Parts: sequence; structure tokens; C-alpha cells
Amino acid sequence: MSGNGLTYSEQGGEAAPELAQEAAPTVTPSTPAAFGLFSSDTKKNEDLKQMLESSKDSAKLDAMKRIVGMIAKGKNASELFPAVVKNVASKNIEIKKLVYVYLMRYAEEQQDLALLSISTFQRALKDPNQLIRASALRVLSSIRVPIIVPIMMLAIKEASSDLSPYVRKNAAHAIQKLYSLDPDQKEMLIEVIEKLLKDRSTLVAGSVVMAFEEVCPDRIDLIHKNYRKLCNLLVDVEEWGQVVIIHMLTRYARTQFVSPWKVMVDEYSENNFYESDEEQKEKDQKLKTTYTMDPDHRLLLRNTKPLLQSRNAAVVMAVAQLYWHLAPKSEAGIVSKSLVRLLRSNREVQYIVLQNIATMSIQRKGMFEPYLKSFYVRSTDPTMIKTLKLEILTNLANEANISTLLREFQTYVKSQDKQFAAATIQAIGRCATNITEVTDTCLNGLVCLLSNRDEIVVAESVVVIKKLLQTQPAHHGEIIKHMAKLLDNITVPVARASILWLIGEYCERVPKIAPDVLRKTAKSFTNEDDLVKLQILNLGAKLYLTNSKQTKLLTQYVLNLGKYDQSYDIRDRTRFIRQLIVPNEKSGALSKYAKKIFLAQKPAPLLESPFKDRDHFQLGTLSHTLNSRATGYLELSDWPEVAPDPSVRNVDVAESAKEWTGILGKPKKEKPTEKFYSESEEEEDESASTSSSGKCLESTAFSLPGKLCLQNCLVHK
Amino acid sequence: MIHSLFLINCSGDIFLEKHWKSVVSQSVCDYFFEAQEKAIDVENVPPVISTPHHYLISIYRDKIFFVSVIQTEVPPLFVIEFLHRVADTFQDYFGECSETAIKDNVVIVYELLEEMLDNGFPLATESNILKELIKPPTILRSVVNSITGSSNVGDTLPTGQLSNIPWRRAGVKYTNNEAYFDVIEEIDAIIDKSGSTVFAEIQGVIDSCIKLSGMPDLSLSFMNPRLLDDVSFHPCIRFKRWESERVLSFIPPDGNFRLISYRVSSQNLVAIPVYVKHMISFKENTSSGRFDVTIGPKQNMGKTVEGVVMTVHMPKAVLNMNLTATQGSYTFDPVTKVLTWDVGKITPQKLPNLKGIVNLQSGAPKPEENPSLNIQFKIQQLAISGLKVNRLDMYGEKYKPFKGSSFVSDGEQEPKSLSSQNFT
Repeated sequence: MSGNGLTYSEQGGEAAPELAQEAAPTVTPSTPAAFGLFSSDTKKNEDLKQMLESSKDSAKLDAMKRIVGMIAKGKNASELFPAVVKNVASKNIEIKKLVYVYLMRYAEEQQDLALLSISTFQRALKDPNQLIRASALRVLSSIRVPIIVPIMMLAIKEASSDLSPYVRKNAAHAIQKLYSLDPDQKEMLIEVIEKLLKDRSTLVAGSVVMAFEEVCPDRIDLIHKNYRKLCNLLVDVEEWGQVVIIHMLTRYARTQFVSPWKVMVDEYSENNFYESDEEQKEKDQKLKTTYTMDPDHRLLLRNTKPLLQSRNAAVVMAVAQLYWHLAPKSEAGIVSKSLVRLLRSNREVQYIVLQNIATMSIQRKGMFEPYLKSFYVRSTDPTMIKTLKLEILTNLANEANISTLLREFQTYVKSQDKQFAAATIQAIGRCATNITEVTDTCLNGLVCLLSNRDEIVVAESVVVIKKLLQTQPAHHGEIIKHMAKLLDNITVPVARASILWLIGEYCERVPKIAPDVLRKTAKSFTNEDDLVKLQILNLGAKLYLTNSKQTKLLTQYVLNLGKYDQSYDIRDRTRFIRQLIVPNEKSGALSKYAKKIFLAQKPAPLLESPFKDRDHFQLGTLSHTLNSRATGYLELSDWPEVAPDPSVRNVDVAESAKEWTGILGKPKKEKPTEKFYSESEEEEDESASTSSSGKCLESTAFSLPGKLCLQNCLVHK
Repeated sequence: MIHSLFLINCSGDIFLEKHWKSVVSQSVCDYFFEAQEKAIDVENVPPVISTPHHYLISIYRDKIFFVSVIQTEVPPLFVIEFLHRVADTFQDYFGECSETAIKDNVVIVYELLEEMLDNGFPLATESNILKELIKPPTILRSVVNSITGSSNVGDTLPTGQLSNIPWRRAGVKYTNNEAYFDVIEEIDAIIDKSGSTVFAEIQGVIDSCIKLSGMPDLSLSFMNPRLLDDVSFHPCIRFKRWESERVLSFIPPDGNFRLISYRVSSQNLVAIPVYVKHMISFKENTSSGRFDVTIGPKQNMGKTVEGVVMTVHMPKAVLNMNLTATQGSYTFDPVTKVLTWDVGKITPQKLPNLKGIVNLQSGAPKPEENPSLNIQFKIQQLAISGLKVNRLDMYGEKYKPFKGSSFVSDGEQEPKSLSSQNFT
């Protein structure tokens, strides 16, 4: 532990080396052992400095490796900064890399010294090797020193029109770094983003969309022209980029297209028309006047569908949420199979996926009903997975499957995992209220559980029975009597409180037992939990109002105990009840209504899924998982009433022809319509196309041919 | 996106930290430790934790917690999937993803993390590319390096980053060109005490080991592709071709990788290749019970069932067990109450049996539930779903490769007890 303390004290004193040495005896007043360690550390640093200054690369490399080891452990190595930074221009690529690692970690703390390295990077930015250009840009932009903002800006601009897509990708990353360092640069950065969004390389797409999301997520207008290109590139973007692009396009689509959910009838014809040939398409269009899905909307749905087959769980989830938020309801079902597949994955993935399924299954049961058995709990699942599966099973319960489910639940109740058993009892309660056919069966089952040996199971059953009896105001005198007997043995406060409340509420149905219960609890009042005390007071008040002959003295005794209780909550309640039920000259008109107040018909509690209120968050997001708004959460807007002008997404002919023939590989089908639209738009688009600079076009030419041929073989083979 | 990463071992020491943006103090991990304390066991530590200024997303792999610090909204699966990819990469580089391996190779780990993320966004995660950027440690190389002073770091941009096929490195050369496909299937079944199947499904993967020179273009076809109900692909597979012809067509990465994973739907009847006869009873008031289990093979198409292991989570009241096994050996851990019986191979002539006495804590009530039995086994040379490879063709290169495929069925019979026991 002393080692740990040492780390902290070291970090605290970011002093220059000699200062630290002097201050050491006073600053670290801990054990002498710690002091010894500390001094040996400074000695070690001297060694390292010497090694770094040696002429041999191997010594330098060795020193750098040890320094990186220190950084990895969280030890402070900042005092070596001057010695390390000298090596930034080293010829040895490994030393250089390790120096970069060091710089990124400490430059922020030692800004002045860090400036010494800048010129090296500026030189490297012009290097003929793209790898060196890219890594120079990476490090330069990672040095969080405000003075170099203009240099960074310049470097990013230059890199954004670099010939190598790899360098451009790094430029996209650098945009976010510069933005977080100096948000004032926003306008200029948006210009760069705009330029990079036009880039055709799949390498760049993911990164620039990421930058877009971070810097200017509200500038939807920048996406219009690139929408179709992004949709078409999507399959070939690397998996991480896919996730980001899909999330961005989901938001975009919700602002640009009208809701496909309103007209249910049309959806089926919608469905065939895209899968069938063109004649069908025309016929259909003539027939339909009500709702036609925007072709761009359809394009997005069609191009994301194959990604459900991705090996990356995040991509599958992203597509699933896209379908959930954008697809006609009849089509959203295709995602369920893939989501169920993810349940075979690691526990963390399962956890997130199950949470999302839980939300989905509340609104659209049908989607997951065929997979009911996949949610059966396994004895080896961790508790958190078990409870989520249980949640889904409960959501999916209906008249047809309830008997199977209840049998399954019976097993769960016996589980050795008591937390899970308790959750199962809650689930049975929910099924009982939702499906009236089985209410009595469930209730009987729960009553049987009351004689269970395990206290937690009994307590949970009591709580659930209480809720069920409330929703079922029929005569359940027997059950209440049974529960009154249990009171002698149960110690769990919630359960005791529930029983007392039940007896108070239905005291007229058990006129003989209720006063006796009050007598017993009055005896144990002082030892009860606060929760139980409150219910004893309630019970007393209710009995006083209905049966004051037998219980007047008892109630007064309880009220007196309550008056001097330690908890102010209970003292408050006592005072309130006394004023209300015992009429005296001060208690005004209210006490006349005491009976009505206490014995009013209470609304039954709704047994609801805890996932009920999560659906206002976009699925698959951190906010959804936490059920609270995370920083930077972007709201999904509602569908617009009228779709904004779809022609903003048209691109001029030259570009579009290339795009459609090359990337989609279906020139015959799509090209004519494309031309038709774009011809009329040509003039407007001209300005846009010229602004996408010459350099950028050159660079795409370099990467495109390869891309195209791959695309073609993907399609034709 | 990902701000920082902390690696924490089981005893709660932070043994590695890496920051991609400004430094986040280690003290943020206190929230994680708090959650860890609340959870009953490591399995139950919530993967997503919210703290006042950050969010922590963690995974647990090979006795290490990978805790990432997040500051803004991000799809949690994105981070989880990435962390698993990091762990896979360590596994790939060092042969194991353990604390010692990471500590021994801390410099390579740092270089890897540096390449995998830039400003918190994944940069290069494909193993073929990473291996060109940073060479994995081998004994030979470390010797050579220490003599010549050369390094592990590649000095050119991996061509894969730029090529059309980002998962394959260029200039691959082998003297023996080989391609192997391992079909591994897992049955996952829940069986009730009467022996009827409650739920069964087959999950399979095809793991490949491809050592082919140049840029081979492979296509693999199956005799009965319709069996595959739901498939997920390595990015190298051409989706359109699968959609239209049910043929896997791809340019493979170099080395080992998982080609596809698939599920065979439960509509197809799954024949469970083993059965279990069991008799577990606890007597009231005697603090002892009897235990008698026999495992036998059933419809296994003449193949032997091997590697049979049975695990039973006994009730908490069990103190110890005195058993005799006719075959294999058993262990009972009195702390976790787990009985493991390593059976080995099943010969139909002499069925393995395990029986004896169970000692219960005196005075403890008789366990109300009989434990569920979990059985794992392996069958070589048989894909339980009946999946058959038709042929493998190669285009684009002239040599003749050696092709091989093997099948393994792994059973994982999940336990379930409807009032008594079951096995999987």
C-alpha cells in the first residue's frame, strides 16, 4: 500500500527534479520505507536520463521501454520530459514511436518544452511516406497545447486534401481533437468536415461522420448531398464506422422522411414492390396514392439489411435500432432473429441486447414470440442476465403460452439464487394481473409459496399477494387470515408491513383477527422497523374508526409509543393521525371525514415493467441502458408531417452515374431515374461540385479503381 | 469516444492504464470497485456504470477487468465489442490474455493500444494489419533484436489499410499451401427430469486456418446449406453471393480466423447423443443422501463420445460427498459446492457410473430442489446438425493447395430441473 501512496504523492508534486529531491523529506511524511523507495526512484530517473543521452540506439530504446512501462503503471515520469523530447527526431522508428507515446501523455503538463518538438512534426507532415505523414498528424493533434492551434488547423486543412486516404482519415480524427481543444475553431472545422464528407474512400467515411457527430451534429444540411453515397458505401466501411454512420443516418432519416407507420395497409405492397421487378413497381405506384416510401428511405433500409449478418454485435444492434425506429412495423421483425443470435455471445453483450429486447418486447410482442424458448433461463447465467430474461418472458406472456411459462417459473422459484427467485415471484404477479384467465391459478400458487422455508421467497410472495388482492377486490378473507398467521414468523420488514396494511385495509372482512393483530404488534412496536411502525399506526387508526369499542385503548397506546419514537417520520405520522381520528375542540372539520380519508377505495397498483419508460430513448444508446440522459445524447426527432424537399439529396450526373454503376452494380435499374432527377438540378449542383476541390478528386481517382473492381466482383460473382 | 482504459486484476490492482485524451485519474475506478463489492460475484458486476462525470463500461475476460472510461453518449455495445477485440488481440499476440503476459509485454501492449484507437475511435483492429504494424514477440525475434538493435515496429504502412481487402496482408508466401476448416458445433439443450427435451438448438462455427500464398479467392459450398438458419459472417465474405447461391465466396485473411458462425433452428429435430440416468435423493432428518448417476451414449452414428465432463452445482447444505466412479475421476469443491466428474470416453459396453453418499450439514433442512446436471462432451468427425461440406474451389492463384476440414461436435447440455434434475 505504501507504494500506492507514493504514486499519489509523486503525482501531486509535479515539481522540477531538483525541487522534488529537496522537498522529498518534508513532502512525504509517510514511512521511512516510502522515502527510501522515492529516493531510489529519482536515482533510477538519473540512470534513464543518462541512457537517453547515450549515443547508442539500443540504450535509448531500453530507456524508452522502461519509461513506457512506468506510464503504463500510472507512475509519474514527467521529470524526464526534457531528456525524452530530444529524441523526437530519432532515426530509429521504434524509439520515435515510444517518444510519441510519451509526448501524448505529458505534453499537456509541460507545454513550453513540448513546443520544442513541433518543428519535427511539421517536417514530418511533408514526408513522402504516408505512414509518417499520418502519424505526425496524429501526434501533433494529440498534443493538447493551445498555442499550436493555428499550426494544427493548417495541418488538418492540408491533410484533408492529401492523396492518401489513410492520411485523410487521420485528418478526420484530428478534427475532433482540435475541436475539443479549442471550440472556437468550429466554423473552420465544419468547412473541413464538409470537404471530407464528399470523400469517396470507405476508409474516411466512418471517421468523418464521427467528427460530424461530435462537432456539428445539427448541420443536417451537410448530409443531404452525401446521403446516397453513404448508404451505398456502408457495406464496405469498416465495422466501427458502420455503427457511427448507421446511428447518424437514423437521426437524419427521422427528420427527412414521413412516417411509414401510419398506413398499415400499404406496407405489404410496399414490401413486394422492392423485391420484384420494375413493371410491378410502376403498377404499384399508379395504384397507390396514399403513402409511398421515399426511395431514399427504402435505399437506407435495403442497404443496412445485410449488416444484420455482421460478426460485430454493435453493428447488428445498430441495424436493429435503425429498423425499429425507421422501418414499417411489418418489416421490423427481421431483426429479431439476429438479436437472438447475439444472446450466444459474451455476458456483457447479452446484457445490453437483452435490455433492448425488453424495451422492444413491451411494444411489439409479436417480434419475439417465436423465440420465446431462447429466453429460458439457464442455471449458469449470472443473476443480472437471469432477471433480464425473466423480464422478457413476462413481457411476452399471453393467453396461449402462459401455462408453459408458469411451469417454467415454478422451476425458477426453486432456484438457489434467491434474488432471482424473488424476481420470479414478482413476474408471476405481473402475469396474474395482465392475463385474467390465470389470476386465480397464480394466486393459489403464491399462497402455496407462503409455506416455503425460505424467508425471502415468503416475503416476496406476501408483497405480491398484497398487490394482487388489491387489484382483485373480491373476497379473499381466507388468504388474509392465512397471512395474519404468518406474521408471527416473518421478519422481513416489507412483508410485515404489507400484511399489516392488508389487514387494516380489509379489517371489516376479518373483524375478529384484526384487533388481535394490533394487540400483538403493539407489544413488539418498539422493536419494529420504521416501515412496519408506520403500518401499525395505520392499522390502529383504521381499527379505531371501524371498531373503536375493542381497540380504542390499544390505539391510544400505540399512538403514545409513536409520539416518542426516535424517527421524526413516525412522530409526524402519529401527530397527524391523532388529530384526525380523536376529535377535540381544535381539530376542525377534517376529523368528520376521517373515516372517508382512511378507508377510501384505493386505486390498485399497476404492475408494470421497469422497461416501460425507456422507449423514449433511442435504442442501443448509453442513455437507454442507463435510463437517463447521458451527456451528448442526441434526441431522435419525431417524423415530420410533410417530408422536406427530397431533391436536396440529388447529386449531379457525372458523379451519380459513377456511383450507381460502380458501387451498386445495377446500372440499368437505377440510372434512368437518377439522370432524370439530376438533370433538372444540374445547375444548382454545379457550385457544389466545383467546390469539392480538384485535389480531392485526384485522390479519389487513386483509390477508386481498386474499390470499383472489388465492388463489381462482390456483386457479380 | 473511449477516453481511457484501465486493466484491473481480480485482487483490485490497477496494473495498466492508457489514456487517449487528457488524463483521467485512477480514482475514477473507485466507482467500479464499489459496484464490484455490491455484486455477489464477478459475473454480476454491471457492464455499464454511471459516475458523476464519466461512464464506465467494463468487460471481464480471463480474470482481468477491462474498464473503459467514457465521457459522452456512445452505443455501449460499440465499446464492449471493442474491448473484447482488444482482449482477442492480446490473446493472439501473446498466446494468452493474462496479467503476466500483459505485464511482460507492456511496451507491445502500449503500441497496440496506440494503433487500435486514435482519439478514442478504433483505427486498426484487424489482426493482419496490426501484425504488420507491430510484429508479435517471438523468441527468435527478441534474440535477433537484442543483437542487431532492430525493432518490432514496421516502418511502412500495411498495404491492407489501403487495399480493397483490408483484412489480408499483401505478399504472403508459403511453401506448403494449406487451408483447413474446422466445423465446431455445440448442442445446447435443456432436458427435464423425465428425459424430454424442453429446448434444443445447435450453434456452430467454422474456424479456418488458411496458409495460402498470394491473393487466393476461395469459394466453399455445402451439400445442405439450407440447414443454416441464421448466419453471421467474417467481413471477407461476399454477402450477395451467399444470398443468391448459398456459397461462401471470399478472399481469406492470412492465418486463423472465424469464417462464419451459424445457428441451426430448433425446428430441425436435434438428436441428443447422450443420456443420463440419475437418482439423487436426500433423506429427511438424516443429514445424508444418495447420489447415483449413469451416462450412456445414444444415436451417435457409430462415433465415440469423448471428453465427457459432468458438473453439478450441489445445494448449499451439502458438506462433502463420498463417491466411487467406475471410470474417470471426480472432485468436489466444498467451498463452491461444485462436483466435477471427468469421465473421458464412453464405451457402450461399460457405462460410466458415479455413486455414493452425500453428507449434509447436520440440522440443515433437506434441500428442496435436486441439482441440475451439466454435461459436456465432444464427438470427433461428426457435425451433429448433419452439415456437410461439398467442395472448396480456389481462383486467382495457380498452385494446388492442400485442403482439409474437420468436424467436432461439442455438447453443452444445459441443466434444467423441473423439480428433479436434468442434464444438458
